Amino acid sequence: MRVETEVPNEKSQNPVPRLGAPMTDLLKTPLFDLHRELGGKMVGFAGYNLPVQYKPGIMAEHLHTREKASLFDVSHMGQVILSGAPLPQLAMALETLMPMDVAGLGEGRQRYGFFTDRNGGILDDLMFANRGDHLFLVVNAACKADDIARLKAALEPDITVDEITDRALLALQGPRAETVLAALDPAAAEMRFMDIHNLTLEGVEAWVTRSGYTGEDGYEISLPADKADAFARRLLANDDVQPAGLGARNSLRLEAGLCLYGNDIDATTLPGEAGLGWAIPKVRRRGGDRAGGFPGADPILDQLEQGAARKRGGLRPEGRAPMREGVDLFADETGGEPVGAITSGGFGPSVGAAVAMGYVSADLASVGTRLYGDLRGKRLPVEVVALPFVAPGQKR
Amino acid sequence: MKFTEEHEWLQEEGDLIVIGITEHAAEQLGDVVFIELPEVGTEVVRDDEVVVIESVKAASDILAPLDGEIVEVNEALTDNPALVNEDAQGDAWFFKIRPSDLTPMDDYMDEAAYKDFVS
Repeated sequence: MRVETEVPNEKSQNPVPRLGAPMTDLLKTPLFDLHRELGGKMVGFAGYNLPVQYKPGIMAEHLHTREKASLFDVSHMGQVILSGAPLPQLAMALETLMPMDVAGLGEGRQRYGFFTDRNGGILDDLMFANRGDHLFLVVNAACKADDIARLKAALEPDITVDEITDRALLALQGPRAETVLAALDPAAAEMRFMDIHNLTLEGVEAWVTRSGYTGEDGYEISLPADKADAFARRLLANDDVQPAGLGARNSLRLEAGLCLYGNDIDATTLPGEAGLGWAIPKVRRRGGDRAGGFPGADPILDQLEQGAARKRGGLRPEGRAPMREGVDLFADETGGEPVGAITSGGFGPSVGAAVAMGYVSADLASVGTRLYGDLRGKRLPVEVVALPFVAPGQKR
Repeated sequence: MKFTEEHEWLQEEGDLIVIGITEHAAEQLGDVVFIELPEVGTEVVRDDEVVVIESVKAASDILAPLDGEIVEVNEALTDNPALVNEDAQGDAWFFKIRPSDLTPMDDYMDEAAYKDFVS
């Protein structure tokens, strides 16, 4: 038995360890001991030793998240604070690096965004929040070193860029997340989707956002590293909460139609073709008060105005065989050149079938179009479908 | 029963060899969601790709451990791939081969050696 692919990493150019690969030189999160104790199957992921799954397995962890609530350790992600200047100045500075509306973000609110390069490609995607006297960013683990270097180069010395390395980041995701967290601080229930509040959870000062990467309601919780183990155990003591690993995190986000950096978006994809134009508000587009002024503004805005030659969309293999990243797509059962490729794919436990997403030539990207995926030399039918694959559960 | 370093097991059954993957392999793969079996009658040579296994986590394949003809496949796996997770070294056999050359069997591990190999 040869294993060809495993759960994709944030950055596909980073090698994903094979079964039994050595785990030396990997960083540990504050929950490392807990993962081991819970029977987590540890793998290397973006330089960290993290559980791909626990004993129940990816399928059970995925379904539990959609039904009740799961706890994910996402402490590998980069937590960054921009401070040292009044908030409007911090916001304007961050706007020079990304096509988002940072200045218009209210206190206690969070948004999705991405750093771009001069060609309009996406360098990383992130969450950014206005915490009153500073901006709080959560970036991908595989990109954080580059992100921090870029932020420092562009913003210092007027603005202070600090990577927060003494805090863990946990995600509590699923329809029961609100009840679970509100039992520790009732204010959790009052938060709206994409709010960020300080909550006191079991005596721990936590920075909590109502957001996540699963398509479900839930929270991401930043807390001091030395309090994380006890806090995680407290959450897991609730019958509704089970631990979930990277495998379930990936299948959940895929069903939710969310991009994985390194697979679905990277420096070769522009926001428009990636279906992320919604994150670029009018104020940063041509004619807006703060139009342009970010790397790659011309190619990005041109593509938003003129339309893209290819588009990211949902894909449903009609047979049972999953189609994973790298599968080429064709318009016909035989002959012709590829019209696209799958960038993320696998089995969707909640859908109960193979699900995928990928880029397809714009003329073939409308929902209902039948394409063919080249799977091990055979062309098997795939239908273009709307994303997400499952109804969103967030409290908007 | 013999074992390969690729985590397949081989069991003699009359003049046929029954082939599957080990419990260790099934555990490593996690939930199996799709299996593509070879066609009965296919002549294979050692290291030909004969089976595709997809789990929630990974895509894998089985390479033929022997030269010979595929004479029977386990259709139950097509309908219920999860059988691999339930009974990898029993009901979840993959295919039976009529070997044309049994000499590679001598190189494969016995159970004690395989246990040693995976520990």
